[in-house]
Amino acid sequence: MAENKTILRISGLTKKYGDVTALEGIDLDIREGEVTVILGPSGCGKSTLLRCMNGLEKIAQGQIEFDGRVITAEGTKWPEIRQKIGMVFQSYELFPHMTILENILLGPLKVQKRERAEAQQQAETLLDRVGLLHRKDSYPRELSGGQKQRVAIVRALCMRPQLMLFDEVTAALDPEMVREVLDVMLELAKQGMTMAIVTHEMEFARAVADRIIFIDEGKITEISTPEEFFTHPKTERAQRFLNIFHFETDDFRKEV
Amino acid sequence: MQSSGIQVLFEGANLSRLLGGLWVTLQIALISIAISAVLGVLFGIVMTSKSRVVRAVCRIYLEAVRIIPILVWLFIFYFGVTKALNIHLSGMFVSVLVFSLWGTAEMGDIVRGAVQSLPLHQREAGRAIGLTELQVYRYIIIPQAVRRLLPAAINLATRMIKTTSLVVIIGVVEVVKVGQQIIESNILNFPTASLWVYGLIFLLYFIICYPISLFSKRLETRWQS
Repeated sequence: MAENKTILRISGLTKKYGDVTALEGIDLDIREGEVTVILGPSGCGKSTLLRCMNGLEKIAQGQIEFDGRVITAEGTKWPEIRQKIGMVFQSYELFPHMTILENILLGPLKVQKRERAEAQQQAETLLDRVGLLHRKDSYPRELSGGQKQRVAIVRALCMRPQLMLFDEVTAALDPEMVREVLDVMLELAKQGMTMAIVTHEMEFARAVADRIIFIDEGKITEISTPEEFFTHPKTERAQRFLNIFHFETDDFRKEV
Repeated sequence: MQSSGIQVLFEGANLSRLLGGLWVTLQIALISIAISAVLGVLFGIVMTSKSRVVRAVCRIYLEAVRIIPILVWLFIFYFGVTKALNIHLSGMFVSVLVFSLWGTAEMGDIVRGAVQSLPLHQREAGRAIGLTELQVYRYIIIPQAVRRLLPAAINLATRMIKTTSLVVIIGVVEVVKVGQQIIESNILNFPTASLWVYGLIFLLYFIICYPISLFSKRLETRWQS
């Protein structure tokens, strides 16, 4: 793949919660059109890293550049930056007092001050693409988890972001609904959306990623292609991490 | 035939006097409720401040209003503050002032509870689509908080309406005071006057408070569907 333009550059990022260091010395470039999947054991700081990228967490040291601008300096206008960085959360976080369409249009109308007709046109096109156009006037509580998460993705997309962050978006879902959400994400990746994904779905990570970032104890210990990472991880810790997801047939035989 | 005494209500200007008293009650209650609703929302949001000093000051205000009886607050402002500052405040003005101070404090605490009960992630989701902090409150926090606090706020409103009967002690002639005056001047002719007059006052309070309950019930059902 040709070297694309770097859209987000993290250098020397350190994040602390009180005395606890959550992330230390993180350097990471995210390039346009690239899908970066961040893996690592629970509590390693991968979600924190994602949240630092759109300013939901304050960082202690280092800097983040977005589209050539340093966004971690004092006085950064985060609302402006966040319009260009979409985020999808584990727990969907649709606004329960608004219909699906209102949820999606809130940002385009109130933040971007776009024309209603034009924004609604786009919202409906996107809803149609995730198969939920017929639910546009429903309220979030009338939808299943998988449907809610697809709406949450549409809500972020309708802002026309340059980068999408996905924070364990299938972790709260019933296993049967995981697929419908991952399919939407795969589709996005195919269309060339720049994405940073934190996930525990290994098969999906392997299929969707251009690069795998492995984080352990707040540090990036490996950056590889998915092929390399899943067949020959560079660290012993990564190997152990991958083993958790494999059930050896022998283990089962003993139990029977 | 022995008279029941209900005529006392229609004797002279009695009925219109009672309704006049009711109007005074309503004015005090409604103005205070309106002020409390607006200031209470702001006060409630301030109470969720990250600053411990701000929170402590809010807490002191709230507790002071709660611990000191309304009766005493009315005295403090009507007799104390006016003397100290050498100004004259009408009983009506002091009533609205004290009830607004009380309502704002209680409403603030209700708003604080409702705001804090919302999941933190709702704010983050708002921020993530680029809303400013003010917009997050305007479009996400307050609309959801209002739905949660409605029952408690209605309860507060009806309590405020009923408690207005205290203002007689600073000389405001509201519906209960008018009732007492009527009873006193008619007790010889109508021994059962107190039953009828207070009975009517009961009915008047009910007529005011019940629609408020009904209204809140309707809102709740509408928001649920």
